[in-house]
Amino acid sequence: MTHAEASVRQRGPVTGGNVGMGTEYLEVRGLTVDFDGFKAVTDVDLTLFQGDLRFLIGPNGAGKTTVIDAMTGLVSATGSVSKSGVELLGKKVHQIARRGVGRTFQTASVFEQLTVLQNLDIAAGADRSPWTLLRRRSGVLPEIEQALETIGLTDMADKPAGVLAHGQKQWLEIGMLLVQNADVLLLDEPVAGMSHEEREETGNLLRRIGAERTVVVVEHDMDFMRAFATSVTVLARGQVIAEGSVADVQANPKVQEVYLGSATAVADGTTEESGDQAEPSDKAEISDQTKAY
Amino acid sequence: MRSLLGRWQTWAGFGVAAVLLFGAAPVVLSDFRLSLLGKFLCFAIVAVGIGLAWGRGGMLVLGQGVFFGLGGYLMGMHLKIADAQIFGNDVPDFMQIAGVRELPGYWAPFASPAFTMLAIVLLPTAIAAALGLGMFKRRVKGAYFAILSQALAAALAILLVGQTSLGGSNGLNRFRTFFGFTLNDPANRRMLYFIAAAVLLIVVAVVRQLMQSRYGELLVAVRDGEERVRFLGYDPANIKVVAYTVAALFASIAGALFAPIVGFIAPSQVGILPSIAFLIGVAIGGRTTLLGPVLGAIGVAWAQTLFSERFPSEWTYAQGLLFIVVVGFFPAGFAGLGVLLKRRRTATNKGAT
Repeated sequence: MTHAEASVRQRGPVTGGNVGMGTEYLEVRGLTVDFDGFKAVTDVDLTLFQGDLRFLIGPNGAGKTTVIDAMTGLVSATGSVSKSGVELLGKKVHQIARRGVGRTFQTASVFEQLTVLQNLDIAAGADRSPWTLLRRRSGVLPEIEQALETIGLTDMADKPAGVLAHGQKQWLEIGMLLVQNADVLLLDEPVAGMSHEEREETGNLLRRIGAERTVVVVEHDMDFMRAFATSVTVLARGQVIAEGSVADVQANPKVQEVYLGSATAVADGTTEESGDQAEPSDKAEISDQTKAY
Repeated sequence: MRSLLGRWQTWAGFGVAAVLLFGAAPVVLSDFRLSLLGKFLCFAIVAVGIGLAWGRGGMLVLGQGVFFGLGGYLMGMHLKIADAQIFGNDVPDFMQIAGVRELPGYWAPFASPAFTMLAIVLLPTAIAAALGLGMFKRRVKGAYFAILSQALAAALAILLVGQTSLGGSNGLNRFRTFFGFTLNDPANRRMLYFIAAAVLLIVVAVVRQLMQSRYGELLVAVRDGEERVRFLGYDPANIKVVAYTVAALFASIAGALFAPIVGFIAPSQVGILPSIAFLIGVAIGGRTTLLGPVLGAIGVAWAQTLFSERFPSEWTYAQGLLFIVVVGFFPAGFAGLGVLLKRRRTATNKGAT
């Protein structure tokens, strides 16, 4: 890999986008997905920098998941997706994953018969030699221990993943992305079906890990988006109709029009009050991270 | 501490198995029964491979007869040539009867024992690896994979029936010697049984290592979420090919031992029916476990001999019924039943205290 300069890692996390030149980035240009004549995604441009917590929102059928599918090689697409200068389109799913693009799915898909530890160990091992594979797992890798702590599942390490609660499974998936060493994380509705507390914890988790990675979250939950997004892209009918900060997007008349059916969700949020409420806690969160790293 | 105990238990387990196979069985059983047990051990060797590929890897290998037959025929060809050489003939007996005077070209290399042994190991491995890559890279799986592997078994059986230079539907039989040892001698027949027993123990040890290694964990992950594994940066096809190839190798070795132990190898050991029969024992014993397939294969084969001697026609129905009941109601086989009972017992114990 030509990127991943150590200096970037050393620097403190900066939320809200760009860390400067020489950083990791993901550039999507003219992405078009055509399902036998039906264009699910048309000409989508996205530029994502390290340290950005980008939310991808839009009404049902807007093509949010399809964009992620195309970026990870699951569906074939035209256009260009380049990660720090390396073209990803046309590569196979596992090759893209090895380039550091990781994703989760709408329904948590952990290996239920294996323990939490085994799940993480498999996620960490894509470049193991055959010799290592043929031997038994001995001890816990330090990065796995760290990931267990980050996702708060240290106590559950030896439990089969099948017994985890819904929220814990999603966290485990995020933990798997962390040990997989993905620097672009594409999360498809990570908080769907979670309780309020679980959402809060997931949001904080995303903040924590998002500082030195590029995180894209597909989400329906507008409260969650307002509380944790640093930037937002709105998709409708397969096209990008707005992009910017949460306030920018909410003020955009096109977005309000698209959300007319469920307009209240976004329109309510435009009141200054809720935005202000989110601010102080966010700042506290950021300074916490700075200390932690 | 626990791992030390675990290791000790494993050695103890292998020790008990070795005592039973090498000590008790030859004393208790008559020569005829011992030879029969040798045949069952061959089936058990195939079953261990199926347990890995099907139980752990989720590949329903319905065509293991192909590799069993390959191993058997390769060994059979060598034995026939060796016999012919001892009697000073150019060609094996069945070719003489058919009026063939010259050994077919593809038979010639099998005069060499070393070449035969190498072929038994390498040919099925190469074929399985090529087939596996072809199928798994194209993401052929589930029922399609099963049907394809079954079709292969049927095709090979039909092909063999048509080959007069391989004995046609009679196959290769009436082997007199095995690498210079006369097969009439009970001591030599006992030696064959010991070889089969040793191979079984080795094969079980290999699969145990595979199951407990990181590869084994990965294989289970591929079985339960092939697509998910892809998104972690692995190509599941490579992982599956390894298990499929190992299973094929075991089947081939089992076939190569079967031919001298039983005294023949024929298309009837290759086709669809024997391929399914290999699965029955594995399913009944418990396909995801290490020893379930071994005990299941030996148990079913033993029961078949025992009951079909007394009730030849009823046994087939009983076997079919057993298969349906196990697959329908205890998908994890008898091993799974054991685990269930154990769990229930601990649950009631907990409830009591």
